[in-house]
Amino acid sequence: MNMSRLMASTVLVASISLGAFGVSAGEITVMSWGGAYTKSQVEAYHKPWMAKTGNKLKSVDAPNPAAPIKAQVIAKNVSIDVADVEFSDAVRLCDEGLLETIDASQLPAAPDGTPAIKDFIDGALTECAVASIVWSTIYAYDHTKFKGKKPATMADFFDTEKFPGKRGMRKGAKANLEMALMGDGVPAADVYKLLGTKAGVKRAFRKLDQIKKDVVWWDAGAQPPQLLADGEVAMTTAYNGRIFGAAVGEGKPFTIVWDGQILDLDLFVIPKGAPNKDLALDFIKFSTDTQRLADQSKYIAYGPARKSSAALVGLYQDGKTKMGPHMPTAPDNMKNALLSSLEFWADHDSELNERFNAWIAAN
Amino acid sequence: MTVTAPGRVELTALTTGDGTPLKLALAQATRRARRRAFLLVCPLLLFVLVTFAVPIAQMLYLSINNPIFSQHMPRLTAYLQANPVRGVPGEEGFAALALDLIDAKKNRTAARVGVRINYARAGSISLFKSTARKVRKLTGPPYREKLLKINEDWADLHLWRVMERASSSHTLSFYAAAIDLTYDLDGNLVQVEPERRIYVLLFIRTWVLSAVIAFLCLLLGYPVAHLLATLPLRYSNLLMIMVLLPFWTSLLVRTTSWIALLQSQGVINDLLVLLGIVGEEGRVQMMYNQLGTIVAMTHILLPFMILPLYSVMKTIPPDYVRAARSLGATPLTAFLKVYFPQSVPGIGAGFLLVFILAIGYYITPALVGGSSGQLISNQIAFHMQISLNWSLAAALGAILLFGVVLIYWLYDRLIGIDNMKLG
Repeated sequence: MNMSRLMASTVLVASISLGAFGVSAGEITVMSWGGAYTKSQVEAYHKPWMAKTGNKLKSVDAPNPAAPIKAQVIAKNVSIDVADVEFSDAVRLCDEGLLETIDASQLPAAPDGTPAIKDFIDGALTECAVASIVWSTIYAYDHTKFKGKKPATMADFFDTEKFPGKRGMRKGAKANLEMALMGDGVPAADVYKLLGTKAGVKRAFRKLDQIKKDVVWWDAGAQPPQLLADGEVAMTTAYNGRIFGAAVGEGKPFTIVWDGQILDLDLFVIPKGAPNKDLALDFIKFSTDTQRLADQSKYIAYGPARKSSAALVGLYQDGKTKMGPHMPTAPDNMKNALLSSLEFWADHDSELNERFNAWIAAN
Repeated sequence: MTVTAPGRVELTALTTGDGTPLKLALAQATRRARRRAFLLVCPLLLFVLVTFAVPIAQMLYLSINNPIFSQHMPRLTAYLQANPVRGVPGEEGFAALALDLIDAKKNRTAARVGVRINYARAGSISLFKSTARKVRKLTGPPYREKLLKINEDWADLHLWRVMERASSSHTLSFYAAAIDLTYDLDGNLVQVEPERRIYVLLFIRTWVLSAVIAFLCLLLGYPVAHLLATLPLRYSNLLMIMVLLPFWTSLLVRTTSWIALLQSQGVINDLLVLLGIVGEEGRVQMMYNQLGTIVAMTHILLPFMILPLYSVMKTIPPDYVRAARSLGATPLTAFLKVYFPQSVPGIGAGFLLVFILAIGYYITPALVGGSSGQLISNQIAFHMQISLNWSLAAALGAILLFGVVLIYWLYDRLIGIDNMKLG
């Protein structure tokens, strides 16, 4: 083998690939939750941003983006530039020094000039994160399966005698324990106070015990509408936007029960050491302006995190469904709603999930 | 046959053409050949070392080494190493704690230390985080008083014992946690509360289910392998393709097709209802439980049983069984006394292969296992990907690894590893 020729061709190949790399430098990777939710972000944020800036954007999905981010930052091998995470995870990751800080004063002001800091709803801006939506964990059922009385309260979800059939639930402690307590008659306002005590946790698990043998566990947010559509479960907990998408978008016979809904925020974060930090920030600034946040509600039933966006929320993409009543924050849906507690879950996440895993593994 | 010649004492050493002694020349030549052989193997050796041996060693080390506390709380670590905890310490200990917390706030590491302590004492994350938020108040002594004013949990003896154990970066506490043990207030190992025991149960379940799956694979695979080995070539080739086809299909595809078949609104249940064997209400739950895990994994691992069995059976001459039959043995006797013993090396290889693959499986049980079909590998994945307690994941993985080595050793002792034929 002619060594110098080999060397020369290696150098050539290397320089070509480096050159190619240089050309495609304007690309960021955004991680989200998949399914109808990612699709709404692609339509409302990704495509307009790519069209406006000429940069490329790669969209990837995970059942919960917080986990891969943490793993990547700890392993010092970060490939994600922007991620969409839940409120408690955004705060926890930030506290652990795993996220870049985001200066909220850089965010664009509302059209009427209100600065971003005042325009976002309470808690939607943190040291490391910018909220885009308000979403909710609800339960939904297939109304063709219940001929007579229809489920209406959280207690009905746990009552397999009155409403027979399998139940779908997310495989994890969060939201399930709160729902169990509300299903046991605890008012939303007292849930976290009770869950902070040993007796409260015990009571929640006892409630879950009642339906354990009837539960089909799901991991990813796209699964529950599928389980309902397959007839595999009679009712299931789910993210409200997914059920809305299946019911209104695809005409499935699903009905949402808003009683005992658990509200949460989703926020954009930048993992520490993200390869394209500046572009990532540019993407977040673009995506969380008033118009873009309102645009997203055209594709999925999640409420925008800016007050100024509310007036711009109009019709669903089908051109006839008014989005207002389908938002988790609509007054009618808020009668018995619980705001997910970030302090509680930051503290008890590992302990309760461990216990939940032990509970689920035992027969 | 050699004939010795006692008379000839002098023997001129044989030399090569250029005068080097033949012995030396031979030694040189073999050394050169050996070196060349080594160079040829070298890439593979390096590859195995870098991608296999080193990561496993790292993982094993991770299971006994967790330096997060000692790294981020250096003063307190030094204090705790010098002063074993007998009760809640005095001002000196609290001063070390306070100064470390001030640094932790600056470096944003307080929550990470909290997470480490939280493994053994729930509620520690918020204790560390909320205190770090208020370090502005810790301007100078008395630190004990000021810290207790911020949060009186700092006077918890259990907390100090946990911090003491965490301060030595080498620890066996993750192995203890991996078998459902924990330290009580006096530092004795005790079982965790009944509702939190999980790993021992899952280890046992993993081993039992893996053995059941390996046994089912043997039961189903043995006749197929026998057919493969004895059919005429054109039929056996077709059969071989049918064995290999699923082997080439993605694991996820096969698992999800089992879901489509077995779920309660799936093909098999629909068929049962259609034939009137069960009513609409009595659909059989075959998925999201242990049954689902067993069925799907048996199917997926079947080729790993059939292929070693086949390669062994191919070498068994059919004449032996024929000879046994001609000497008056019944078909059963001929099989049990002549054929079966010769196929044992294949059984050993197939069983061991399927068993070892089965105890590490996690995608299939995660998808079809529901709650009762979860295996220990699902917990390892949970701690690797979600809770990110890598030390505990490593300890669980190490226990699994030791188990496999134990099986291998037992097999070698009872049957002999030379006796195993993989192909």
